[in-house]
Formats: sequence, C-alpha cells, structure tokens
Amino acid sequence: MTKTSDPSIQVVRCGFMALVQDQGRFGFQELGVSVSGAADKEALDVGNILVGNSPESAAIEVMLGDFEIEFMESMMFALTGAETEASLDDVPVGRNLSYKAHAGSRLSLSNVRQGLRAYISVQGGIDTPIILGSRSTHITSGIGGFEGRALQPGDVLKVGGSELGHEYSSRCWDGYESPTDELSIRVVLGPQDDEFSESGIETFLSSTYVVSDQSNRQGLRLEGSAIESRNGRFDIVSDAVVNGSIQVPGDGKPIILLSDRQTTGGYLKIATVASVDIPRLGQVSPGNRITFSVVSVEESQQLFIESQDRLSSSINDLVGDQFFLRVSDTDISVGTAVSGSAEIVILDGIAYPIIVDEFIPDE
Amino acid sequence: MRGLKSLLWPSWFPVSRKLKSEPEGQRFPRVVPAGDSAILIELGSEIAPEISAMVFALTDLIKDAGLNSGLEVLPTYRSVLVYYDPLVCSYSEMFDAVNGAVERLVEPVNVNSSLKIIEIPVVYGGDDGPDLDFVADHAGITEETVIELHSGTDYRVYMLGFSPGFPYLGGLDERIAAPRLKTPRVLVPAGSVGIAESQTGVYPNAGPGGWRIIGRTSVPLFDVNSSTPSLITPATKVRFIPVDQHD
Repeated sequence: MTKTSDPSIQVVRCGFMALVQDQGRFGFQELGVSVSGAADKEALDVGNILVGNSPESAAIEVMLGDFEIEFMESMMFALTGAETEASLDDVPVGRNLSYKAHAGSRLSLSNVRQGLRAYISVQGGIDTPIILGSRSTHITSGIGGFEGRALQPGDVLKVGGSELGHEYSSRCWDGYESPTDELSIRVVLGPQDDEFSESGIETFLSSTYVVSDQSNRQGLRLEGSAIESRNGRFDIVSDAVVNGSIQVPGDGKPIILLSDRQTTGGYLKIATVASVDIPRLGQVSPGNRITFSVVSVEESQQLFIESQDRLSSSINDLVGDQFFLRVSDTDISVGTAVSGSAEIVILDGIAYPIIVDEFIPDE
Repeated sequence: MRGLKSLLWPSWFPVSRKLKSEPEGQRFPRVVPAGDSAILIELGSEIAPEISAMVFALTDLIKDAGLNSGLEVLPTYRSVLVYYDPLVCSYSEMFDAVNGAVERLVEPVNVNSSLKIIEIPVVYGGDDGPDLDFVADHAGITEETVIELHSGTDYRVYMLGFSPGFPYLGGLDERIAAPRLKTPRVLVPAGSVGIAESQTGVYPNAGPGGWRIIGRTSVPLFDVNSSTPSLITPATKVRFIPVDQHD
C-alpha cells in the first residue's frame, strides 16, 4: 500500500456522453466564453459533500448512464443525480450514499431509469487541468475537461488529493426528490416580459409545454402554444442571457437556456427560471412536460436560500452502532451503520459493498 | 415592484431619431431583474456608438465600485448585466447599488474618446480569402478596392460573443456588404476574416461558418492558457492591416 502514483480512475465503457463538470467557468463571459458547468448543480453539490470535497471539485456527468470506470486506487465515491442501476464489482450500490472503492474495483452504470444525468463524485475530485478558472468541459469550443472533449474508454483521469486521507466515513443524503416526467417550474418574469402581449403572458403561464428532442446542454426547446409578442417582433439587438433565461424566437415556442448557452442572445426573454428549479431542468428528457408559474424575485431568492440550507442539513453522517458480519465463523466489524447506509467489507483484499436494509441496534 | 423598473434618463442623453420615433422612446435606462442572480441595465434598443459608449462607461463604474458580491459584469451592444450571489446580497440591495452607478453617469459620455486600437495583420484573398472575388463581384468593384475599403476603417468592438473571443464589429462600409453563404462551410480556419451582410468579424477558433471569407490572420486571437485570453477585448477598436504573407 505504498504506491507513489497519483490516484486516478480509468474510463472502461462509455455508451452515450460523459463530461468532466464543476460549478462552471465564470469571469470570462465578456470575452464570449460560455459558463458551462454541471447541468444538475444540486446533484454535483450533493456528490461533493458526500465524499468530503469542496464545492469547487469536479465530477463526471454521465448522460443516459451506460458507463463504467475502474478505480486505480482506493477512494471514496458517490453516485447522485439520475436513477440508474449501478454496481461495484457486480454488487448493487445505491444513490446519494458514499462508498469506499478499493483499487481495481469497477463501478458500472446501466441506462438511466429516471432523469437524464448521473454524477460520479470521487474523493479529491476529478483533477483535469484548470482552464480559465474551471475544469468544466465546453465541447463546442473544446475548452476544459479532459482535452476539451467528452470522455472515451481508456481515458485515465487524475484524482486530486483529499484531506480525508484513508479514514473511512460514509454519509448519506436524504433530501432528494426523484426526477419526474412532469415538472412545474417557477420563474421570475423578465427582463423583457413587457414586450409580450397580455395574452402572450397568459399563454406562457397556462400552457403545458413538451420538451423537444432538439434539446441539449445549451438549452431545452419546447413544443406547445405559440407565445404572442406585443408588436409581432421577437428579434432584438443582442444582450446578455443567464442560466435559465427563457427566450421566445419568432415561432413563439420558448427555449430555456442551460449551462452550455452562449453568453448573449438576440431573442426577447419572457422570464428567467428560479435558481432553485434550474437543477431539475438538467434531468429533463425529450417528451417531458413543463408548466410555468410566477414568483417574485424576492421569493425566488428565498427559495434558493432555503434550498442551500436543505442541502447541508440533509447530509447525515452514518453514526450508529457498530455491527458485525459473521463470515466463516469470524466476526468482522463493518463499522457504524444506520438503515439505508452503505458499507464496504473487505475480505481477503476484496471489497464487498453492503447496503443495510434495516439496522436494529443491540439492546 | 413595477415602479422600480423605470428610471429617468439623465437630461443630457442624446435621444436619437430611432428612439424618439418609438412610443416607449423614453424608457431607458431600465434596471430590471434577470432572474434571482443577475440584474440587467438596458441603455437602449439599437446598435449605436452613443449607446455603446454608455454601456462601457457604466461597466467601468460598476467594476470600479466593486459592488458587494457583484460576481461578473457583462457588457453588450445595449445593456450591462451584473451577476451577483443571492446568498450574499438581496435584489433590493443590488438594485440600489446598480442604480447608484447609473446615476453617476452624469456627464455626457464622449463617443469619440480614444479607444485602444488593436491591429490585426491580414492576408487578403487566395487560399486565405476564398470569397474575396465573390465580394468584389457582388460589389461591382475590384478586389483591391474591397481590401482598401475593408482595411480603411477602424471597427468599434461592440461586444464579444457567439464563441470565445469572437468580436461583434461595427462600421463596415456598406459597399462591401455581402450575403452569407447559402451552405455554411464545415470548417473555417482560425483567424479567418469574413463578411456577413453589413457585419465583419474574425473567427478566433476553427469551426463551421457561413460568412464570406476574404482573408486570414495568423495572429493568435484566443489563448485559453492565458489569464488575458483574448487579444480583442470590449471597448476597443480593430484595424485590419493588409500584409502580403503571414509571419
């Protein structure tokens, strides 16, 4: 156990698209640099907390699942975001829990069951080079992540150092709401809502929109009732757009801009998605249905503040009684446990993950 | 909250004909929320040197003020966006701070104040500018005249966008305006200088593009490994210098 190489993981299988992402690339938008960053920031945040990372640490964003990595060193990891069937060396692992993987073990994700993007966070974070202040991958401009591109089988990703060392502490997060096919999204009107007719605003707020398959990390194109502008004009001289800006181009069908958006846009913006609801849009697939409701900017800020409080208060250290597993007449301490916790038992150098269905402490 | 949306123009503001003809001609500047983490100051609705000068003056004022929790300032053709952290600063606090900066725009902004000129050497025509002959034919003038007209203007950088380091330039001589390609090229080399309608620009990075390409520069325009990655920055002017060959 005296390896000198940097800890790393290797991509074994990649079915659709996997990207290194962090909070995003800020500070260079005035030079036309897209922010990019994780599409579901809540899942990124939770993963980082579960493995003891700082919020700036990068994770792997796996679209649609079907992905496998090998841990080259022993390290903590956590799986968050979309629901997938996942296993560590063929033993099922749960979401929103931190596990310890040993060197040589493989984490495999099936296709997603619900949601769109799963996140794999590792202790110390994915350590690709920091480009313009961020590790986020922006594929269109080939900036950041692993050589500016999506991950491919064979890629070896360095993993950063962690203050946790090898001390093992598992945590779980119980604040998660499963992704759904029907979303109610809260918005703050503006900045150009006054360029729409009253009936246009009414259409926007009373219609159900369907996510089109022309959607990606840049934005979600929606199908549904056309929104009327006040004087039939939708094009404007370009100004800035933000994460969650809802543009309405000439066909009247709204487009919600997401992480990989350009920095400016030339269409009227009817509203902006409340920050608290933006992560949910990162889990939306074509065919999902969206309705919109209005909150004030003050309410929207309050909702965001509450969500950030919930983020940290929903993390639980798995403190509980020690429990033991009897294998071949030998009692093995598995550490501490509560119901729903995940533990790893190492027998003869092989790690066996165990999920505790129900923990009943000794009297 | 609606009452907060409209602020009066300073009395000195030169109201252009376009603004005057619009029913809402007096509605700028407008300070409005762009969601819960950004605030937008609209200074006009059109492309004009006067508005652009205001945009960059306000951008400087906001940056210099070091607004509490102001994370990033993004100037565009006609507006300034300020990102802030709602965990640190409420909308009303940010509104007041931004409003204060808008009110400090008390003096007329000198539109012709000396903007830094960035010189970009360009090899026009040939393999570097495959559409130079089209632009000349379309304008009914010689290729030499196209080069003369294109390099004879200092272009105002209104903003950067579309892709990293891509400048939106104003001031193209209307005589050499040319339609876009019907089918965009799959790959335009980095440094290509093009014309689309009455716009001109230079592609910092290789990529697909539908502009008429009249030349190319070998000067690197965008370097992701630099802390000042873009050669061209907002509030400057670009001057294209014809050269016979690349360095």
